[in-house]
Amino acid sequence: MCLAIPGKIVEMDPYDQMPFIQTALVEVSSVRRRINIELIKDEEPKPGDWVLIHVGFALAKISEREAQDQLRILSMLGEDKQAMEELQGYSMEEEKKT
Amino acid sequence: MQYVDEFRDSRLIKKTIETIQQLADPTVHYRIMEVCGGHTFSIYRFGLHALIPSNVELIHGPGCPVCVLPMGRIDEGLRIAEDPKVILTAFGDMMRVPGQTGSPLVLKAKGRDIRMVYSPLDSLKLAKEHPKKEVVFFAIGFETTAPATALTLLKAQEWGIKNFSVFCNHVLILPAIRAILDSPDMRLDGFIGPGHVSTVIGCRPYAFVAQNYKKPIVISGFEPLDILESILRILRQLKEKKSEVENQYGRVVPWEGNRTALKLLERVFELRSYFEWRGLGFIAQSALKIKKEFSYWDAELRFGTQGITLTDPKAAQCGEVLKGVLKPYQCKLFGRSCNPEHPVGALMVSSEGACAAYFHHVYQKTEL
Ligand code: SF4
Repeated sequence: MCLAIPGKIVEMDPYDQMPFIQTALVEVSSVRRRINIELIKDEEPKPGDWVLIHVGFALAKISEREAQDQLRILSMLGEDKQAMEELQGYSMEEEKKT
Repeated sequence: MQYVDEFRDSRLIKKTIETIQQLADPTVHYRIMEVCGGHTFSIYRFGLHALIPSNVELIHGPGCPVCVLPMGRIDEGLRIAEDPKVILTAFGDMMRVPGQTGSPLVLKAKGRDIRMVYSPLDSLKLAKEHPKKEVVFFAIGFETTAPATALTLLKAQEWGIKNFSVFCNHVLILPAIRAILDSPDMRLDGFIGPGHVSTVIGCRPYAFVAQNYKKPIVISGFEPLDILESILRILRQLKEKKSEVENQYGRVVPWEGNRTALKLLERVFELRSYFEWRGLGFIAQSALKIKKEFSYWDAELRFGTQGITLTDPKAAQCGEVLKGVLKPYQCKLFGRSCNPEHPVGALMVSSEGACAAYFHHVYQKTEL
């Protein structure tokens, strides 16, 4: 559970949507979920940024290269399936239909 | 070097191993502890322990949050779920951990309402959706996970959600490292520092390891090359008679950590005077307690937990393995009555547990 999942912010949500939880829509290998981004608010996250996700929260902003490396290590460790399950398990509002 | 060729940077890996061989004095037996269970997993998965010289021994540390939780706490959490009004939520890693009366999964099958969640916020959401139920989140984890629980408690307060509480079992990595350094039967030469915990706490708090105990500590990433490079850096420091905190994982870990997360921890939690760790016993100021301001959401107060201590099954040697005194395969139960199908101890459950990592990646492969 200590191996964080890298994801890319696709869209920022308005603060009052949840309400009062600052969330963003992130994408990991084409799966999209809402996660909390309040722990990285000082780093001013925006769409296109890559983040490390742990138990539904963005923990740190990282570079795209690091994100790719992290995805690769997860799959090398055989943990990629579990990581995707975890991501899909986050129940904070499903992907918005476009 | 059987595995080296499957690595992306196999040339770099070979070079790093060669440098390690040059740096390691063959007359010295080095003992290096990797604190984090994620590193243990990576080491066994890639067979790194077999790639480095045999006099450089890797000792597995206490950095697997499920593994260090003593059985008394597990049973206490499970007792809360005896109340038919309660929905107990826990991370997937917890579900198969054996308590004295069975694992959460076993008790769930017997009718208790125990559910797996992936995020503490999902527990809060569950409480909102079931106003007639009492939702209790079984919180575990180090500084990586504790900020998520802190923020969830803050939200519970903000939203005035009254049927939610947290059974707090968050522990801190630094007091555990200190306890290991103070333990008389433990001689260590250096530490591979945890990666993701450090994204929260940063590198500064490890200074006591280098300054007071004169041991090198290198915060490390999780790739094979990261871990090997960290070993190399530790050996180099030892050769130069230095002891410093180095950040090998600088691409992810900021020196100062995550200030927002640290502030949140301070806002919501205070230190417990003592907390019991499996294998390490009671360690002073090593765990977090919910502050008075949030005591309404503290499951320990709401359900009046007793603070019980239970001893592990006699033959189980989880404690010794957690302290690094024994290797997983040296436990009398390993691979016999204790295996991933029927775990006796938590170290056989979590993928970051040393016993499970060894079983899946070394033992099973050699048995085939
Ligand atoms: S083999 Fe089982 S009983 Fe022995 S130390 Fe590992 S988890 Fe504990």
